[in-house]
Amino acid sequence: MANKKLKRLDLVFKDEKDTESVLKKTFSRSNADVINDLISSGLKGRGGAGFPTGLKWKLTADAKGDEKYVICNADEGEPGTFKDREILSKVPHKVLAGMAICGRVTGAKKGFIYLRGEYRFLLPGLNEEIEKFHKLLEKLDCRFRVEVFTGSGAYICGEESALFESMEGKRGEPRNKPPFPTTSGYRGKPTVINNVETLAHTYSIFKYGPEKFQDLGVQDSRGSKVFSVSGDTPNPGIYELEFGMTLQKFVDDFGDGDTKAVQVGGASGFCVPRKKFGKTIIGYQGRLQGESLPTGGSMMIFNSSRSMYNVLHNYLDFFVEESCGQCTPCRVGTQQLLLGIEAVKKGERSSSYLDKLLELAETMRVTAKCGLGQSVANSFASIVENFKEEMIY
Amino acid sequence: MSEIINLTIDNVPVSVKEGTTILEAAKKINVRIPTLCYHQDLCVAGNCRVCVVEQKGADRLLPSCAMPVSEGMEILTNSLKARNARKHMIELLVSEHRADCTRCYKNGNCELQELSSEYIIGEDGFIDLIPYKEYTIDHYSPSIIKDDSKCIRCQRCVRTCNELQKIGALAVAYKGKDMKISTFFEKPMFEVVCTNCGQCINRCPTGALTEKTYIDRVWAEINHEDKHVVVQTAPAVRVALGEALGMEPGEIVTGKLVAALRRLGFDSVLDTDFTADLTIIEEGNELLQRLKKALVDKDPDVRLPLTTSCSPGWVKFIEHAFPEYLDNVSTAKSPQQMFGALAKTFYAKKIKVAPENIVSISIMPCTAKKYEADRPEMRSSGYKDVDYVLTTRELALMIRQAGIDFASLPDDDYDSIMGESSGAGVIFGATGGVMEAALRTAYEIVTGREVPFKNLNITPVRGMEGVREATIKIEDPLPEWKFLDGVELKCCVAHGLANAKKVMDAVKAGTVGYHFIEIMACPGGCLGGGGQPIPTNEEIREKRTAAIYREDENKPIRKSHENPEVIRLYKEFLKEPLGEISHKLLHTHYRARNRY
Ligand SMILES: Cc1cc2nc3c(=O)[nH]c(=O)nc-3n(C[C@H](O)[C@H](O)[C@H](O)COP(=O)(O)O)c2cc1C
Ligand code: SF4
Ligand code: SF4
Ligand code: SF4
Ligand code: SF4
Ligand code: FES
Repeated sequence: MANKKLKRLDLVFKDEKDTESVLKKTFSRSNADVINDLISSGLKGRGGAGFPTGLKWKLTADAKGDEKYVICNADEGEPGTFKDREILSKVPHKVLAGMAICGRVTGAKKGFIYLRGEYRFLLPGLNEEIEKFHKLLEKLDCRFRVEVFTGSGAYICGEESALFESMEGKRGEPRNKPPFPTTSGYRGKPTVINNVETLAHTYSIFKYGPEKFQDLGVQDSRGSKVFSVSGDTPNPGIYELEFGMTLQKFVDDFGDGDTKAVQVGGASGFCVPRKKFGKTIIGYQGRLQGESLPTGGSMMIFNSSRSMYNVLHNYLDFFVEESCGQCTPCRVGTQQLLLGIEAVKKGERSSSYLDKLLELAETMRVTAKCGLGQSVANSFASIVENFKEEMIY
Repeated sequence: MSEIINLTIDNVPVSVKEGTTILEAAKKINVRIPTLCYHQDLCVAGNCRVCVVEQKGADRLLPSCAMPVSEGMEILTNSLKARNARKHMIELLVSEHRADCTRCYKNGNCELQELSSEYIIGEDGFIDLIPYKEYTIDHYSPSIIKDDSKCIRCQRCVRTCNELQKIGALAVAYKGKDMKISTFFEKPMFEVVCTNCGQCINRCPTGALTEKTYIDRVWAEINHEDKHVVVQTAPAVRVALGEALGMEPGEIVTGKLVAALRRLGFDSVLDTDFTADLTIIEEGNELLQRLKKALVDKDPDVRLPLTTSCSPGWVKFIEHAFPEYLDNVSTAKSPQQMFGALAKTFYAKKIKVAPENIVSISIMPCTAKKYEADRPEMRSSGYKDVDYVLTTRELALMIRQAGIDFASLPDDDYDSIMGESSGAGVIFGATGGVMEAALRTAYEIVTGREVPFKNLNITPVRGMEGVREATIKIEDPLPEWKFLDGVELKCCVAHGLANAKKVMDAVKAGTVGYHFIEIMACPGGCLGGGGQPIPTNEEIREKRTAAIYREDENKPIRKSHENPEVIRLYKEFLKEPLGEISHKLLHTHYRARNRY
């Protein structure tokens, strides 16, 4: 192989100091044009669910309401993931600009950054940045204002409706949907909620135009993506790569030569075994049937020394604790999956009990109230089905 | 705005208004979808996921209680996918549950049990999680037992306490596997703001919240040779007891109730309605006295508005939430406690039994009454005035235990004295009833004429509206009440503590000029009390209400002050309203409590 390295991109992290001209240029255009640019760029939410960003803004712009909000989701609770932290500390002005433009086109006057509790150390820098940004907005005669809200620490508060509840001073529990945030979000008002990275991308789209973004990636997955690479790799860290590579290429670049599996998308994502590396494309259509995958971008590499039973056990431990506990399939289901694989491992239940657990995981996927419970089946089924022996012996 | 939406449910076409949920639409065509966290009186939670249904073409199932219909939907409530998922939900809930039904207080009256028998949850289910859990059973309260091991975390109780009662005594604590329903700092229920109203019990689908039962002690007393057991029955019991014994909501079973109590072996079967009439005399006079002090003597210390005091949940609520208004609460005891104090004094003497040998039992629609009877203030006879309080539900259980075929019992009459009542005493059981009863009497005391309402029915204070106001103008009063001439008596009625809070906030803000406020802690008044048959909902409460007003109209005497036994009681024992004996036996005081 000539060059095993994937091309590193620098779209998100490039420290461009031209916020003023980007804002000026964008503010001078019609709202419809701005939204259409975003739609044609093909940008999809980087927070996990992959909802088309332009459409989200349009729905909120069309929603009736005198009060609207823009919220930047910086809760980043996925273990081993810290891309949003990097973006907020290196290029916060891009995120702020994205929020202000969003406010402009949707009619929102107020923006919040929901900052993960553990990221409180970013506050001083961030507030300074916001102050500067407000001055710039004043100069441009824009009344949009941004405030930071520090989260409580629970993983589930990254889920958009639980995040609103938490901001409203209530217990962080996901709401029923519909209604969706675009019509009824924070304080029941139309709200755009976007991931940090998503907002940073909008900056590039408004600066360079949608075509440049379109040129990157494949089919339904356009642009670049910031990945958090961790696990058995000589080069852990944050990487901005083009969407659409195969997992094989990724492993060739980042693996340690002995990669057995890769967990794409963190605890709520899918585990891909070696034999499927070549066929798996990183991007939205590569995520099997996945939807609602929290905090996209986590790539965890496992080499052959790892016990996949332990990997799954860790994930289930995480869910058993981090479920908000509200709905039956998730609260009780996660406990059953965890105790279930333990019982099989110890020989207290026969290996056929795994089939009952797979059925349960499928039920959780179709009945749970929010993305957390719905996506437990992703890692559970992909690990149990691909590494059955390791579950039993 | 409301458009009509067309869809099919189990292939049956149905058209409903926009915004209707799938569950409601299904009900319209008589398709029953099982539910657990859903309750008609509460906002939708959508957390049990038992009500999931399949939408043709959709990958995920939909929670029918939370999902509004949309045009062209094809819903299958009983597809294999929906069934399997639903069964999983029940299996999961049972796995997290200490399911020892045969020892459980709710055995036979439990929504989880019903569903698990319907779906035949076999033996080879999931792993029993109870051995892995810590749970507490709180039985320190005189009214309520909270057993976490029976809780399915549907949050109906939390919503009841927050929405209907605005108390917030119960809240969700912790997350994940440890998530549970808790109190402030996990203190026992009796140490927190809980008012013992029992509304949460009425809506708990399982045995996690139940009344503390005293059935066995009552059986023991009944069978004690030296004891004379006196029983009193609250107004709202007679229009609801039938429900717990297989009858339809809204049947009046007063005669059967008396007959059943006699069969059970109670020595004297008497009526709380009698002391309801007595309450009206004492409280009505208290109101008039306060009005006189305010209007004639210009006494700056007199406190108005006067509020009623017969609902112990309300009393505890105001002690916690508005302690600065305790002097506004009528000092008149509730009918139950007036009865208790008389039972071991006046009545004991009448029947020539030593008071220490009288056991005083009351049958109440209420769980807070258990707590009220336990209050240290309630011992003015020198003994515990009311020894045991049983709810309507507990009485039904005793009747079943005794093998009595309730429906076929012949009607029977209360014993005398303290068994006679007026229609005014009966309507104490409905929201607005105390107000109406008080007005029937007070107006007549002041003017010498009957209240100017057709058939004595003061309809403006009736109904299910949360807060109701009425104004009665006093014209041409008797000479000694001349100072009330032209006065517009401003009255307010509220039921459910959320509404009570609204009213008190308004009083505090000074935006209302009420003279007299009736407050009942429970929705609908006592007939919707925390000790009444389960289930409860607005429709059932309305049927009970209608029954109460029918009972009133059927009574030959409609006004408290015309109750001949009450008149006799004053003549032979109390001498006069607000007199010395009244003060000792029939009035009480309150105490401020902390706010959490
Ligand atoms: C359990 C759970 C946790 C989540 N945590 C985050 C998070 O930390 N950050 C984030 O941006 N989105 C998170 N999401 C996704 C959000 O609900 C939401 O989809 C996202 O913020 C939308 O932004 P986007 O469209 O830009 O991706 C989470 C979702 C779930 C179900
Ligand atoms: S799926 Fe889990 S996290 Fe989401 S609402 Fe249900 S219990 Fe809470
Ligand atoms: S709460 Fe219901 S299911 Fe549970 S033990 Fe009691 S009767 Fe059985
Ligand atoms: S008894 Fe009443 S006040 Fe107490 S927890 Fe239940 S609903 Fe709340
Ligand atoms: S105590 Fe009863 S009502 Fe409350 S959550 Fe538990 S089961 Fe539901
Ligand atoms: S009844 Fe619908 S989710 Fe519980």
